[in-house]
Amino acid sequence: MLIKMVIAGFGGQGVLSMGLNIAQAAMLEGKNVTYLPAYGAEVRGGTANCTVAISDDEIASPVASSPEFVIAMNQPSAVKFQHHIQSGGLFFLNSSLIEAEIVRGDIEIVRVPANKIADEMGGPRAANMVMLGAFTKKSGVVGLDNVLQALKYTLSSKKKLIDINEKALIRGYELD
Amino acid sequence: MDGNSAIAEAAIRAGLRCYFGYPITPQNELTEYMALHLGRRKGCTFLQAESEVAAINMVYGASLVGARAMTSSSSPGISLKQEGISYLAACELPAVIVNMQRGGPGLGSISAAQSDYFQATRGGGHGDYRTIVLGPCSVQELADMTMRAFDLADKYKIPVMILGDGVLGQMKEPVDFKREAPDVTPTREGALMGARGRASRVVKTFTSNPSELEEINWSLFRRYQLIKKNETTWDTFMTDDARLVVVTYGIAARIAKGAIKNLRAEGLKVGLYRPVTLWPFPDEPLRELSKNVKQFLVFEMNMGQMIEDVQLALAGQGEVSFYGRPGGVIPTPDEVGRVMSRLYYQKGLRS
Amino acid sequence: MKLIYSRPKSLKKAAFHYCPGCGHSVAHRVVCEVIDEMELQDKTIGIPPPGCSVFAYNYFDVDMAESAHGRGAAVATGIKRACPQIIVFTYQGDGDLAGIGTAETIHAANRGENITTIFINNAVYGMTGGQMAPTTLCGMKTTTTPYGRDHVIEGYPLRMSEMLAPLDGVAYIERVAISSPAGIRRMKKAVAKAFQTQIDNRGFSMVEILSPCPTNWKMTPAQSWKWVGEEMTQVFPLGVYKDVMEPKHAD
Ligand SMILES: Cc1ncc(C[n+]2csc(CCOP(=O)(O)OP(=O)(O)O)c2C)c(N)n1
Ligand code: SF4
Repeated sequence: MLIKMVIAGFGGQGVLSMGLNIAQAAMLEGKNVTYLPAYGAEVRGGTANCTVAISDDEIASPVASSPEFVIAMNQPSAVKFQHHIQSGGLFFLNSSLIEAEIVRGDIEIVRVPANKIADEMGGPRAANMVMLGAFTKKSGVVGLDNVLQALKYTLSSKKKLIDINEKALIRGYELD
Repeated sequence: MDGNSAIAEAAIRAGLRCYFGYPITPQNELTEYMALHLGRRKGCTFLQAESEVAAINMVYGASLVGARAMTSSSSPGISLKQEGISYLAACELPAVIVNMQRGGPGLGSISAAQSDYFQATRGGGHGDYRTIVLGPCSVQELADMTMRAFDLADKYKIPVMILGDGVLGQMKEPVDFKREAPDVTPTREGALMGARGRASRVVKTFTSNPSELEEINWSLFRRYQLIKKNETTWDTFMTDDARLVVVTYGIAARIAKGAIKNLRAEGLKVGLYRPVTLWPFPDEPLRELSKNVKQFLVFEMNMGQMIEDVQLALAGQGEVSFYGRPGGVIPTPDEVGRVMSRLYYQKGLRS
Repeated sequence: MKLIYSRPKSLKKAAFHYCPGCGHSVAHRVVCEVIDEMELQDKTIGIPPPGCSVFAYNYFDVDMAESAHGRGAAVATGIKRACPQIIVFTYQGDGDLAGIGTAETIHAANRGENITTIFINNAVYGMTGGQMAPTTLCGMKTTTTPYGRDHVIEGYPLRMSEMLAPLDGVAYIERVAISSPAGIRRMKKAVAKAFQTQIDNRGFSMVEILSPCPTNWKMTPAQSWKWVGEEMTQVFPLGVYKDVMEPKHAD
């Protein structure tokens, strides 16, 4: 089994840390993992994205030309990546910031008002975690326990933030 | 951990004392890791040089006095380092040089490529010399080969190049470091130290006597023969019953391996031959392989460079095809798989 | 020149290959005398350049290592960073230091690398046959300025001491001239001071030596020495350009 996903948004929205959390969680589950951030000129202009590949077997290429999952945190990413996603794939949209019409009918769309929920919780910067929670539930790629565990690791230098991030994650997971 | 940082950490654990660098994408994480972690270590130096030219010459200086020294860059910067690499090779000084290749020629792109194969494996600068060139294909191998690079450099008094690429440098994978950093960095025996208790020494190549220089060249090449004999390494995957063997290295080998697994599932007998040392190129085992395999596909992320070494090694045994994507385009396993299966059918290997 | 009374210990017993009257021979001897007097012979590494002085390692009886053209300051940086206890000096011509190696020189000086540079300014590329150097005087004929250096085409002579002295990393810079016995005595003091600066860990030190090249200037040795004193010093004034030990002398 090989699963690839792309997570995209503005720089500062925490898309890279979402990717890292998923990668870390998959590692805890004993999977082979690669994480590849877009770098250099590609990320000028404030957009960022990363690709995570998870597999039971060795991973051939860390690049994804047709990922099974895409998480778009902002409008430009939604426009850009909707055409990359594999037929039958899952497309997660941050509906707080995305109005774009999704023209494809062969993919499933999951709308998560991530910023709205995070704002309500009093942690506007944790919108990425709300989305990550929703992704964890819907995709089933990694287990919630392991994502929570991974969070402790990726935030080990910012311990104060663990609490709010955990809450946001669980909140996202409990959405239906 | 990302590949660039893994190289840096592995180098520190291999006893690196001095790192000199200059920013260039896609290897900046390596320089930045060194800034964070090497500079603080007792007796160690991290320095951002004013240019790649300066950086490699600083490596030369540190190596003169017996320190494990290193620099890293990406394609355009490696071109600038060639002068220094030639001097290191000539003066028989160990050093480790990392090239995280990007698309060229010129300023090119910052995306991953393999277009510096010729430059790396033919010496690269002026004069008749070689450097050992290692071609890793995962973050774990980047770490392992960095440690091996320092050992080889010291053992044979030769510059060693790690030929990676932008994707390997940027991607994160789990990595396991096989050594702990030493408390005191090693000093090579016989280094310049000031002439205390011995006659003064000179490290140089320049001479007005051609036969003296010829002897230097001979002695270098005798050493190169020894390296060929002892250190040539390669890797194979499913070649035992293969009718088509893909010859490829580094990140491209990884992509090809994925394609081979898919084709095997469909019953196609394809295999992989991966040079691990790019210089010395593992030609013997490839020749050996050609006793049973007649079709070879060379796959590179360039317009065809290693293919020349493959053709030389095979010396007319078997047929060699080529598939390459230059300029920083990263082919997918499916794409390479399609090339393989087309070839497989075209050449009648099915029956 | 009455200075030649005995061979310094750190000067090998080899006949110089330099032309008669050449400044390199004098500079070598003086540097060796200083190395002897300061007892540095067994803790020093010298870095000679491509240039007429490429064979300096045949004369200096200390550890020596060849450098690529212009890269002396970078090589010395590597050595000093790896082994701070070693005394390192570069020996560089004007093509080497002020032409191809300008960047390495300026940045090593600016970082305050604790190294010493002996800079031989003879206003030409000696080894390659007398071409224009960055330091060639305006109007001066060389093989690549056959009609004389024209500042409209080739720019002006580069004054390295003046340029480097204001850098914060620089501890000591003095310009001296091989034009008279007094000049040579001054040079020896300057070289000693430069090494002392390094021993005291004060930063970058350089002695610029205006040095005759009778062969490429097409002069007799006596004429060339005179020319250093009368013409070169007009464009390259002598003196201490920086001395952090004695701030009042700093220019
Ligand atoms: C990269 C490179 N370019 C050119 C040369 C040729 N070269 C050797 S010495 C030299 C100039 C030396 O002039 P200078 O530094 O003024 O020293 P001098 O010979 O006058 O003492 C040149 C251009 C070289 N060795 N390396
Ligand atoms: S050419 Fe000039 S610098 Fe070179 S040795 Fe002769 S006099 Fe000296």
